[in-house]
Amino acid sequence: MQVPLSWYLIVAAALFCIGLYGALSRRNAIGILMGVELMLNAVNINLLAFWRHVEAAEGTLSGQVFAIIVITVAAAEAAVGLALVIAVYRNRRTVDVEDVDLMKL
Amino acid sequence: MTEFFFNLTWLIPLTPLAAFAIIVLWTNRNRLLSTWVAWIGIGLAWILGWIVFFLSWKNFPELTPPEFGHPVSLYAIPTGSTVLKLGFQVDTLTGLMLFMVPFVCLMIFIYSKGYMNYGTAEVDSRYSRFFAYISLFACGMLGLVVSDNFVTLLVFWEIMGLCSYLLIGFWFDKSYADPKRITPKQAGLKAFLTTRIGDVIMLAGILLLYSQTGTLTFREVFSEETLHTLATTYAFAGVPWATLVAILIFGGAVGKSAQFPLHVWLPDAMEGPTPVSALIHAATMVSAGVYLVARTFPLFTAVHGGTQLAVVAFIGAFTALFASTIAVAQNDIKRVLAYSTISQLGYMIAALGIGAYVAAVFHLIAHAFFKALLFLGSGSVIHGVEHGHHHSHQEHEGQETEFDANDMMNMGGLLRRMPRTGWTFVIGALALTGIFPWAGFWSKDEILADAWKSFTQGGEFGVSQGWSFFVWLLLTLAAFLTAFYTGRQIFLTFAGKPRTEAARHAPESVGSMTWPLIILAVFATFLGLFGMPWANRFFQLLGQEATIMGEHLSHGEFNPLVAGISTLVALAGWLIAWFVYGRKPLVEPVDPLAKTLGPVYTLLKNKYYVDEIYKAVVIQPVIRLAEACYAFDDKFVIDPIVDGVGRFGRWLSEWLKKAIDNPIVDGAVNGVGQVTAAFGEFMRATQTGNVQNYLLVAAVTVLLLLALFLVRG
Repeated sequence: MQVPLSWYLIVAAALFCIGLYGALSRRNAIGILMGVELMLNAVNINLLAFWRHVEAAEGTLSGQVFAIIVITVAAAEAAVGLALVIAVYRNRRTVDVEDVDLMKL
Repeated sequence: MTEFFFNLTWLIPLTPLAAFAIIVLWTNRNRLLSTWVAWIGIGLAWILGWIVFFLSWKNFPELTPPEFGHPVSLYAIPTGSTVLKLGFQVDTLTGLMLFMVPFVCLMIFIYSKGYMNYGTAEVDSRYSRFFAYISLFACGMLGLVVSDNFVTLLVFWEIMGLCSYLLIGFWFDKSYADPKRITPKQAGLKAFLTTRIGDVIMLAGILLLYSQTGTLTFREVFSEETLHTLATTYAFAGVPWATLVAILIFGGAVGKSAQFPLHVWLPDAMEGPTPVSALIHAATMVSAGVYLVARTFPLFTAVHGGTQLAVVAFIGAFTALFASTIAVAQNDIKRVLAYSTISQLGYMIAALGIGAYVAAVFHLIAHAFFKALLFLGSGSVIHGVEHGHHHSHQEHEGQETEFDANDMMNMGGLLRRMPRTGWTFVIGALALTGIFPWAGFWSKDEILADAWKSFTQGGEFGVSQGWSFFVWLLLTLAAFLTAFYTGRQIFLTFAGKPRTEAARHAPESVGSMTWPLIILAVFATFLGLFGMPWANRFFQLLGQEATIMGEHLSHGEFNPLVAGISTLVALAGWLIAWFVYGRKPLVEPVDPLAKTLGPVYTLLKNKYYVDEIYKAVVIQPVIRLAEACYAFDDKFVIDPIVDGVGRFGRWLSEWLKKAIDNPIVDGAVNGVGQVTAAFGEFMRATQTGNVQNYLLVAAVTVLLLLALFLVRG
């Protein structure tokens, strides 16, 4: 039996909302990064689900390739984000985003 | 060879000019270097000048009419319809001036080193500047004598006027306790303004000449056709252009050569340093006026028997006598010489006025040598007396009082203290008074002989016999007075016993001052031999040049009667001087003439009150006029108008500010600013700086947009 498309979408939407909630509510910058990762993965689930149900019969690989690119970008983004967090921590001895408000004078 | 050196004539005025530039720009701080630069500048001019002189002597037949000198044209300036040619020329008159000017200048340059106290503690603080100025002056005089046109002549003429002003006022910071005594600053200004009167008249003459002939080159102006046209066309009824122009140009000579009525500046010019008095106000610059008349002599003779020559003769002869009477009552050693110079220049002018061209130039050259000698000698005396004054004060620790080192009453007995200065001064005095065989005898005698000949045989150029006799009489009287005041000067200064401590301690001057005196004394003694009536080199040189006037000039043969009379009056002058001042040397500084002559003495002592008359007639009205103009300008008319315009403008601008600028323009500008600021303040609330807030806004917005999309379907 085949899992219907809507189930995937529900899981992905749930995952996205959890990630969004984490990104918006966490004070710890690392927590925010983890939320962002969750949201990216929710998108990946969507991409693969749509590919499987809409395009797989035509023999293309575009959905999988797209997902892999997103994973790659996510890895790079995580690296840059963590580096920023470390830099902020070195300067200000905190990773609490409430305290990092230099943009507002 | 000759051609080569003649073509280099333009270099002669340039070497002193280069010296001036070098001293002013670079060597100003180094006194010794400045001295040498000035010496080399004038020295080169001297060498080149003498080469040109000797070559012009050798070649004089070629340098005479119709070519009128050797031309060296340098520039041609187009001026509207004609071309203004500027250049230099060599003829025998220029050659003779080149014999005298650079050599006398060189002597005076050398003398100046000692006079300005080089190498002593009293060295003048503007020592280098002095050498720069006299170098510039030498440039002016040398340029004047080699000019071949009226334009460069006038330019160099004015350069000399400027230098004269600068050098008379050289000690411009000097002031005297007596407020009536003229200071160097005032004297410089007086000289400049007085000569300016003559210069303006001369400029008018030159411009009229240009308007009539269209050329200012001597060669072209003095060509026969031009002179004929000038003599036969009339400026106004009965006055030909030649007469008018000649009289106007003579005005310049009157100013520069200090002839009556513009003579007043020269005695006061003695406030300058003595080498300047010798250089500018005795030997060279003042003779520029005589040179000018000699150079433009064809203009003066263009009209036969015209009034121009009579004017020249009258002013010259009158000045000769007038100035020599004043000299009798002066006590300042340099002022006596100054009046003597005016008087001698009067001789030359008078000689030109009766057509005795050669005699005038001869006297000009001879006079330059012995008058430079006398002035330098008087400078040496003053210098010595000043040193004696300082010396005696150091000994006595006395209070520094006002002491006039120029006053002959403070001297006496200096022949023993200063033998070289004294004896050379005596030689100069003998030359000046025309004692046989010194230079003055030959030159003065030639003028008198020419005047006498003109009287007995009828004059050249239509000069009337009566005038000639008048000139002869005045000049002979002046010769007598010359001998008298010169003798008075000698006896007061050098004979008898010293009348002050200063004179008792006066030392002989240094070598750089006495050697020029000795050299000039040699010239003053022997120069006259070149102008002896029976071997007159001057006549040979100049006579042919003068034939351009279409006449053969009077050549004063030796006239025993005239020579006898002039020698007799000169001896009489000396004798009376000895009788008054030499027989019983003065002990008290009181002039015995004062008692004998009474009011006449006072009149002479005050120089006929000419200065006072000028002050009342010319200076005071000018000052009043200036004050009236000032009042008109400052109080009543111009200034109130200007102020009124200003006040109205200010009132208008204040009104505009209140009515338009503040409420409308400023309101608009400030309103825009305020609105922007308020809006910014409002928007600022959304800028929390917290990224999560922004993210939340974005997420909510997306959700809302999504909801909207879904609802609308």
